[in-house]
Amino acid sequence: MKILKFLLVGIFFGIVLVKSEAVSWYRIYEMFKFQSFHMYGIIGSAVLLGVLFIWLFKVFGVKNIEGNRISLVPKDSGFVRYIVGGTVFGLGWALAGACPGPLYVLLGTGVISMLIVIAAAVFGTFVYGVLKSKLPH
Amino acid sequence: MEYLLKPWPWYVSGPLFTLVMLLLIYFGKTFGMSTTLRTLCSIGGAGKYSDFFRFDWKAYRWNLIVVLGAIIGGYIAVTFLSDGSTIALNAQTVSDLSELGFYNAGEGLLPTEIYAWDNVLTLKGMAILIIAGFLVGFGTRYAGGCTSGHAITGLSNLQWPSLIAVIGFFIGGLIMTHFLLPLIFSP
Repeated sequence: MKILKFLLVGIFFGIVLVKSEAVSWYRIYEMFKFQSFHMYGIIGSAVLLGVLFIWLFKVFGVKNIEGNRISLVPKDSGFVRYIVGGTVFGLGWALAGACPGPLYVLLGTGVISMLIVIAAAVFGTFVYGVLKSKLPH
Repeated sequence: MEYLLKPWPWYVSGPLFTLVMLLLIYFGKTFGMSTTLRTLCSIGGAGKYSDFFRFDWKAYRWNLIVVLGAIIGGYIAVTFLSDGSTIALNAQTVSDLSELGFYNAGEGLLPTEIYAWDNVLTLKGMAILIIAGFLVGFGTRYAGGCTSGHAITGLSNLQWPSLIAVIGFFIGGLIMTHFLLPLIFSP
């Protein structure tokens, strides 16, 4: 059961990513061309509802399944790593047409060549880990 | 059933992504897909080369289960929950793409011009996939998150770092789409 609930959330996530077309290279291209509201609607509505629920969780002290009060660990403060790292990721997102979630989901839709992108992404993460101490954060 | 098989509108899918995030938070975890790339590095023995990969990856096994589910979900969605409708792209997008040498835009999720084996197995095609993947893996870890961790979770939690990261995502995405894709693909 412990594992099953994560498997089910994953399956649901994969289905929503495909049915929303957010896994489509074309939708990402269209988004960066500002030619459709579709992706902005998805991300915007997800964030607005997210803000509302996270706020409600905090106000009412909602507890998670383990009985602890829900709180999100804030990201470390900083500027350079977020703007530079974000830009590097954005370049890859628009070229591959996929962010990490869709990389996996697209593999499931039968795009075997996505394995090359995933392997390269793992390698990119590895290179970051090796260079981490030398990069500005 | 008919509505299930058609593409889902943004006002249905967006809230469902919120639900995914909330479920993971309720389970005591967090929504972040790019961290699985780090976990895969650790499993592969990257701890020998950097402290960054020396952590208890077994504590992150749940996220790999989510990934496994996502792969299965992708299969279920295209096999049982699709009516084969084309993606309703803006006509201008389709025309812009044809100028770049991308035809039949919207038929299928991905352009064959990038992902079909005929193109993947050329030097240029292979380089495109490897560079794209590298940028995604390097950039997400440098920024400490991707669309799920920063754009959805981080912004929902009103975190400044996530807003900066998302601005970065757009700087990179706009440079690629408006300046680099035309250089890479123009016939």
